[in-house]
Amino acid sequence: MKFLGLSKKDTTFLLIVITLTLLTPIILQPFPENSTLAQFNAGYPDLMQRFAIFGIFAIGFNILFGLTGYLSFGHAAFLGVGSYSVVWMYKLLGFNVLPGLLLAIVVSALFALFIGFISLRRSGIYFSILTLAFAQMSYNLAYSVLTPLTNGETGLQVYGNDPQVLMGENAPDSPHFFGLVMNESARLDLGGWQFTFNNGYYFTAIIAIIVFYVSLRIFRSPFGLMLRAIKTNQTRLNYTGLNSRPYTLAAFVISGMYAGLAGGLMAAMDPLAGAERMQWTASGEVVLMVILGGAGTLMGPILGAGFIKYFENIFSKINDQVLQGWFGFLPDGIENFLIGVSHFFVGKSWHLTLGLLFMLVVIFLPGGLVEGGQRIAKALRKKRSGDDDDGTEAQPSAAE
Amino acid sequence: MGILEVKNVGKRFGGLQALSDVNLSVKENTVHAIIGPNGAGKSTLLNCFVGKLIPDTGSVSFNGQSVLGLKPHEINQMGISRVFQTPEIFSDLSVLENVMIPCFAKRDGAFRLHPFETVSHETDLIEQAEQMLIDVNMIENRHMHAASLSRGDKRRLEMAMCLAQEPKLLLLDEPTAGMARADTNNTIDLLKEIKDKRDITMAIIEHDMHVVFSLAERITVLAQGTPLVEDTPENIKGHPKVKEAYLGEAA
Repeated sequence: MKFLGLSKKDTTFLLIVITLTLLTPIILQPFPENSTLAQFNAGYPDLMQRFAIFGIFAIGFNILFGLTGYLSFGHAAFLGVGSYSVVWMYKLLGFNVLPGLLLAIVVSALFALFIGFISLRRSGIYFSILTLAFAQMSYNLAYSVLTPLTNGETGLQVYGNDPQVLMGENAPDSPHFFGLVMNESARLDLGGWQFTFNNGYYFTAIIAIIVFYVSLRIFRSPFGLMLRAIKTNQTRLNYTGLNSRPYTLAAFVISGMYAGLAGGLMAAMDPLAGAERMQWTASGEVVLMVILGGAGTLMGPILGAGFIKYFENIFSKINDQVLQGWFGFLPDGIENFLIGVSHFFVGKSWHLTLGLLFMLVVIFLPGGLVEGGQRIAKALRKKRSGDDDDGTEAQPSAAE
Repeated sequence: MGILEVKNVGKRFGGLQALSDVNLSVKENTVHAIIGPNGAGKSTLLNCFVGKLIPDTGSVSFNGQSVLGLKPHEINQMGISRVFQTPEIFSDLSVLENVMIPCFAKRDGAFRLHPFETVSHETDLIEQAEQMLIDVNMIENRHMHAASLSRGDKRRLEMAMCLAQEPKLLLLDEPTAGMARADTNNTIDLLKEIKDKRDITMAIIEHDMHVVFSLAERITVLAQGTPLVEDTPENIKGHPKVKEAYLGEAA
């Protein structure tokens, strides 16, 4: 079993990822509709689309940050550029997402080439600050100066009098891919469970699988090896006859293209683009995702993206009423006390929980959630093989 | 005409004239040592060979081509490899990957975008890298994390990485600095072996006289940024000027 130039192990890995991705609408819906736990279900289209889109964003960011160690704080700029490109294509051509997504990739690549060319003259904190400055400049340009292009604070959207020259007579009136309308879904009711199979989710999921495969190939390629070498010792690389600048620039452009694609897909799910997508908080979020999941690992960014988006959408919904429902059986005093304490960690304050978790992960699991998984797997293996195993196995390779 | 020609090189750092009027010619296939007391300008001179510093005056040419103003990777691609005072290796990578990188550099040049090739399919290069590891007696460590090697092994790995590029000139910056006597002797043996096995020119900067006199065929003595004398080890040992400037002071 070996295909697309992957080793046996990687093929299995890819197949697992594909299976999980395609079954997500079922896996994320473990609780029956009417149960009290139903609010922990995450299998609704909007959230699943976000999982896939931010997964793509994080996978791309990991190619730059995870492999080369260059920490960009400006990747949200590419996200925004991608969204604007797609909405412009809606306005000019029609609601098919394909031209927009292609334009998003091309424009973000050019944009990344420009920003990367300048920012990569510095490394470390100076590089991060330069990228942050570029992103904030882009945000402010989009918000005010470039209003004719971005529609300023209102955000770019499609109006009835837009040309839409390629719009057919019977073409759908919302984003679609050759007639496959993004916001349409098939529902399946099974016992108490309800599963939603959304076109938009499957469209983004398939793209996510393709770009995950590309990142897997990059990780295993000589190019990926050079990027890892840049992270560990750039001086040695230069004195080994290799020019690190074009390598880092290529990594920057590739990750910018991923971000542009992710931004484009956001507009493909919901035909809007706003300047806030470029704000530094969005750049910071992808950094959190990658570090939380495990920088430099293949699965890490996806896990991190899923984790944060799940928290953002599920924890933020637990308000005081929900808490009352949970603790209602307790005596009043204790109930109020528990609700008062929990109040700080759920609902609008979910960021506090995320912050605590992030701190725990960074302190105890510097390799992120992936390292946590590896440690558990190792402990289980040790337990099974008994005491004669002295644990002197080879170090897991950085790309595991 | 030597493989490395240094003519009238001068370098000033603010008020300090680090190098002045340095003339040096390293002959092909020899081991040339550059010695001198602390602050004589040895490291400054070496940094002028590899593109880290650009001299204020004079010229440095390799195989008849000037190296001034070239970037370190360009100079390396011309055939000059460098061993650092403290071994510079890719410590997050495996030992084999460490040696494969220079193999790629030799085959593909300073930059090549190859995102859809696979490292593990490059059987020729893997074989080549493994041969290098056999040469330095490290083949059994090939899957080890380079960070977990001992200091002496890191030095040998760095040597293997440099040799994998088949350089014409190998620059060694105090290759035995801070080593125990046994490790120093191992390094001397390794360098001798390397020299015997292939056509290679070496330029060594060294403090340790034991290393210098066991390896060098020519010695240049540098003092206060200028070459004092250049001669064979036998003649250097007895040279009155050298005794005065260097050995005398050390003894």
